[in-house]
Amino acid sequence: MGRSLWTLLRRDVSLTVMRRQDVLTVVVFFIIVITFFPLAVGPEPETLRAIAPGAIWVAAALASVISLDRLFADDWRDGTLEQLALIQQPLALVALTKIAAHWLALGLPLVLLSPVLGYSLGLQGFELVTLAASLALGMPVLSLLGACGAALTLGVRAGGALMALLILPLYVPVLIIGSGAVAEAMHEAGPSAHLSLLGAMLALAVPLAPLAVAGALRIALD
Amino acid sequence: MTYRRIRWLKFTAPANFYALVQRLAPWLWAGAAVLAVAGLYTGFFVAPPDYQQGNSYRIMFIHVPTAWMGMFLYLLMAVYAVIYLVWRIKMADIMARSLAPTGALMTLLALWTGALWGAPTWGTFWVWDARLTSTLILLFLFLGYIALHAAVDDREKGGRAASLLALIGAVNVPIIYFSVEWWHTLHQGMSITLTQAPTMAPSMFTALLLMTGACWLYSAAVTLRRAQAEALERESDSQWVTEAVQREHALRQPAAPAVRAVEPRGAISKEGDS
Repeated sequence: MGRSLWTLLRRDVSLTVMRRQDVLTVVVFFIIVITFFPLAVGPEPETLRAIAPGAIWVAAALASVISLDRLFADDWRDGTLEQLALIQQPLALVALTKIAAHWLALGLPLVLLSPVLGYSLGLQGFELVTLAASLALGMPVLSLLGACGAALTLGVRAGGALMALLILPLYVPVLIIGSGAVAEAMHEAGPSAHLSLLGAMLALAVPLAPLAVAGALRIALD
Repeated sequence: MTYRRIRWLKFTAPANFYALVQRLAPWLWAGAAVLAVAGLYTGFFVAPPDYQQGNSYRIMFIHVPTAWMGMFLYLLMAVYAVIYLVWRIKMADIMARSLAPTGALMTLLALWTGALWGAPTWGTFWVWDARLTSTLILLFLFLGYIALHAAVDDREKGGRAASLLALIGAVNVPIIYFSVEWWHTLHQGMSITLTQAPTMAPSMFTALLLMTGACWLYSAAVTLRRAQAEALERESDSQWVTEAVQREHALRQPAAPAVRAVEPRGAISKEGDS
């Protein structure tokens, strides 16, 4: 049962990693968006420290949107997706595997990079750990929600822009709680409540979102 | 019970739906107009000025009903979307699609009147208040639904995709609402609370109810009309559309000579047969 899914996971990860420019594009995009904040707001350390959680989370959400463009599109165009829909595993599990592979190849680098960027905006010590933890919990939720949008806009005119319109409103809760966790880490209260909520969202999204994605893929494949 | 169910399912056939709306719509329009006039009169002339806000509170009589309507219409749209996804009843998709523009309009009106109300009472047109923010996100959800439905060339496919989106949105609406509410309490210092005078004069309440009724009837009328138009368009080559058009045509020109009234009928039905 798990064997074909494991193969699919390895195939998707290696396909993405082999095209290095795909990973690099998303990573560089993430860095550039964060660079924009000091340039636009000004270099005062206090201001930058205050906006750092929000800035990094906004950059992560935008990077997630631009990376999701290709999640199903390539496989859909060359017919692989149709073959995947025919294998014995439920389509929802296939979708979950593809999303996991996508996150491992494109989301994880951002999580690993985030402490460096957080440091550049003036976050320190425990705040950096919280930042990475919040992204590690929150970005998979973004990928799961975004996959719904990516599947719904398969084969649609101007799909990329439309996808952003569809999924960015759904990103709001993750953005609020995620950047809230880092902001709380700056105060005495501590981020555990926020991180728990992010975990709850992930626990909710893992079983539910793949069902919606599978439904959307069936519509696209009809 | 079974009898009722059969009667309701009857209107899932576009032809029966069309006939039903033909009979209902004038009453809905008339009811909306009467209630709106009565509600506005009560709101502007009968209800007393608020002891804190003076006369500026009167925009509430439009603001509150439109805000309610916006949320309710999204819920209703999601219900029709589920019906369409599960039972593939074409009328359900037509209804969901017809609800979306009215829902977006109501949400926009609620935001707009809220801004106009905020200017005299809070001293600013916009604050990042929890309710304002979540209403704005609701507007984006409506726009996303409309955009996705319109972007897919195949109506059947577009309807299913958009219905799924409405369903995903409906699951997310409570999560969005609570997260925004929570965010708001965290940032309490930044905004002003929306608390109003605890008690309301009876005439204010009457005006609010009348205006809510007017909004309901208006939304129902305009949605059903839009659905009717869409049903005509989608079924344009079927027999009942030809007959409906003929009937309308006959009603429009009652005084015309018999020969002229017959001529276009024959032409249309010939096209329909071929």
